[in-house]
Amino acid sequence: MKKTLLVAALAAGFYNGTAVADRGTDGQLKIIYWQAVSILNPFLSSGTKDIEASSLVVEPLAKYDEKGNMVANLVDEIPTIENGGVSEDLKSITWKLSDGLIWSDGTKVTSADVAFTAAYCMHPEGGCAQISNFTDVESVEEVDESTVKVNFSVAKPFPYGPFVGSQSPIIQKAQFENCMGAKAPECTEQNFGPVGTGPFVATEFKANDVVAYSVNENYRDPAKPAFSSVVLKGGGDAASAARSVLETGEFDYAWNLQVEPEILDQMAQGGKGMVVSAYGTSVERLMVNLTNPDPALGDKRGTIEGGAHPFLSDLAVRQALSLAIDRQTLVDVGYGDAGQVTCNVLPAPDVYASTANDACKQQDMAAAKKLLDDAGWVPGSDGIRAKDGVRISILYQTSTNSVRQATQALIKQWWAELGVETELRNIDGGVFFGGDQSSPDTFQKFFADIEMYTNNFDGTDPEKYMANWHCSDIPSPANQWLGSNMPRYCNAEYDALVAEMGTAAKLEDRAALAKKMNDMLMQDVAMIPLIHRGGVSAHATTLEGVRMNEWDSELWNAADWSRAK
Amino acid sequence: MLNYAIRRLLFAIPTLLIISFLIFAILDLAPNDPTGNLPLTIPPEVREKIRMALGLGDPFPIRYLKWLQQFFINEPLNIIEQAFGITIGDSENRLRVQSWATRSPVVDLIIERTPQTLWVVGMSYVVGILIAIPIGVISAYRQYSVFDQVGTFISMIGFSVPTFFTGLLFIVIFSSTLGWLPSIYDTTHEVTDFASFWFQVKQMIMPVMVLALFNASQLSRFMRASMLDNLSQDYVRTARAKGLKEKVVLLVHVLRNSLIPVVTVIALGIPQIFGGAIITEQIFRVNGLGQLLIVGIQGADIPLVQTLTFIFAILIVFFNLVADIVYGMLDPRIRYE
Repeated sequence: MKKTLLVAALAAGFYNGTAVADRGTDGQLKIIYWQAVSILNPFLSSGTKDIEASSLVVEPLAKYDEKGNMVANLVDEIPTIENGGVSEDLKSITWKLSDGLIWSDGTKVTSADVAFTAAYCMHPEGGCAQISNFTDVESVEEVDESTVKVNFSVAKPFPYGPFVGSQSPIIQKAQFENCMGAKAPECTEQNFGPVGTGPFVATEFKANDVVAYSVNENYRDPAKPAFSSVVLKGGGDAASAARSVLETGEFDYAWNLQVEPEILDQMAQGGKGMVVSAYGTSVERLMVNLTNPDPALGDKRGTIEGGAHPFLSDLAVRQALSLAIDRQTLVDVGYGDAGQVTCNVLPAPDVYASTANDACKQQDMAAAKKLLDDAGWVPGSDGIRAKDGVRISILYQTSTNSVRQATQALIKQWWAELGVETELRNIDGGVFFGGDQSSPDTFQKFFADIEMYTNNFDGTDPEKYMANWHCSDIPSPANQWLGSNMPRYCNAEYDALVAEMGTAAKLEDRAALAKKMNDMLMQDVAMIPLIHRGGVSAHATTLEGVRMNEWDSELWNAADWSRAK
Repeated sequence: MLNYAIRRLLFAIPTLLIISFLIFAILDLAPNDPTGNLPLTIPPEVREKIRMALGLGDPFPIRYLKWLQQFFINEPLNIIEQAFGITIGDSENRLRVQSWATRSPVVDLIIERTPQTLWVVGMSYVVGILIAIPIGVISAYRQYSVFDQVGTFISMIGFSVPTFFTGLLFIVIFSSTLGWLPSIYDTTHEVTDFASFWFQVKQMIMPVMVLALFNASQLSRFMRASMLDNLSQDYVRTARAKGLKEKVVLLVHVLRNSLIPVVTVIALGIPQIFGGAIITEQIFRVNGLGQLLIVGIQGADIPLVQTLTFIFAILIVFFNLVADIVYGMLDPRIRYE
């Protein structure tokens, strides 16, 4: 122990003479998030902004880089089956911490901290927001001071849920020991200023407003970070955040700029900053309700028991609705750099992206009409197609958001051309995405024919995401409408593939399975993917080293950021 | 007067209890979800657990009573403890009103925010009054003159153009184009010397002026109308007939009498200062109470919104009383007996 400290001290002394001049020499970094940060403990966060703000302070064992590859962070190498870190039966993974790691308060990072982090998040009364990263974790053992072994109750082909990515960082045992379970929210001091291993430490925190950070003097790389302090301001709206970087130059980095593309382009003309985007797995999609949402059904409304949808259960209708959409126009109008056309619900990473459905990239109104004609849906006297007295009249809902409403209006127009009547509806995001049991307007209840929103998955492994469309995940009154299978898609063949993916270990096999599942969903048109959405941020031209990342926190490599000389 | 004040204060108690119940019930019934801003990748079962951890599992009456106890007993006790440095009872385990988003006591957030709101919004109110009174007086004295016409025109614009528009206009002109003033309020800034004081002034100019324009337009109209009422009164003619100078007639006799209704309007407007200027604070990112409220609403942080709105309700009730009492003091004709 003494010896390692001595070595560390010597090493620090050595670096003092050579590279330390770089640390903290670039002054202040000013970041603006238009959603203000509420808390610096990612386990109790109420949104992405909190996780990103805390990612400057607390770090996971491994991060994802901008291409979605895992990179070792607090460890020297990522455990795999090849290097013996992951057991042959896929039921355990062993992480070995790097030597000489210390917390910002100067104490040593040990396996006890890692094991404590798991216990903290998995406590049943804690209300930990990131608990899904610990799914199937049976126990976390401290093998020795720097080695920790995670045991799973089932075989985990992708065992990188716990401690990987900004949602699952390591917190200090000494600091949070008395904050377990129901006590967690009461530890304001800890939640507002966690001790971490990251490049910065929070020195001042005004909840829902601003975070001030200074350099972590104990950061493992003595030459980094280049900036001596960071201010992360929050609040306002996306357009003015963009303006403060691109037009007035008051800030260096602005996050998540959901602004109409032409406004952003115009702001970027000033030359003070540039817009950057990156693509993760987010897809804006139309969910097709395969069950009947008729209010007359009462409690059975929108459930399998309520019966099939009167017209959307016809595959030809679903195919025609998809064919009638000109996705490129939707991108041009609403997304610009932040979107590209997609025909898959699983568009990335590259190994999982299928090319079998690319036909949808082109609008084909004639083919769509022919499909409906052949299936017996013919226009009535009012121009709306009908068959056996059932008119194709769609209630199309989404959350309130100017881009989404523009998309709705365009799609309504194309469907009208096809002979389909569409009624548009938008619901406040807090209600639509909120799981209020008493509200009929949630996206889970889906009391409409079509609904539109974006979803994605954390990290790079789609196993959990593709399992969303398993029969057992259909929202219904029996499970308090808690389910992710919005289209109420139920296919035994698909469920078999989900089960197979749960045991496949080789990446090629997993990729093949994921593609097959994606293609099955697409060819059955259980949902209609529209746009592969990217994250858009802006940074000042003088800020160097930004590697925009959709797989992890956007601030994942802030230690490497510097000011152009 | 004292009897009257005490009677009014006692009557305020049931009023406030009813208000607190209404606020609590309305916000509780609103379809909103504190986990609504979490990424969709967080599964619904986890969200349900988070809601339970926030105490949403209890039935409505229990949550209301808990909140009442926290607000009326625990929080005041806590303030007394902090003020005098003493401990009353089991203060370690006393539950305070906790914000759902920040997991910290709501009252601490409010105390942290109040100074900025008082400085920026309060300053705009003072500036507004200082502009409004002379304009009102001159406009009334020289009714239908060019000054009056221009004043009327400007106050109509100030009154009818919303602050979110004037705010953006100011930012585009003074920040984006001219680059003179910062568009974003630096809330970590501390005044230590003249340079930092100057920076503080620069960052306050825009939000203060946007709000002052709005306040001044409103108040100058009241002032003008009240002056016009008084100028045609008999006592004014008497004063002039006595041979008093025009300046004395106008500023001593007419102005004092005309101020009575204006003072009431000013007093009734004071709770709005505490309420913060929601939109203006949001545009310039001033970390005041208005911005706190809007963040709370967006994030479905119900305890925060309930507590803030209720504090505003208390302030409104209180300043109504103050206005009535001040009225009695200014106008000897009014007696509360």
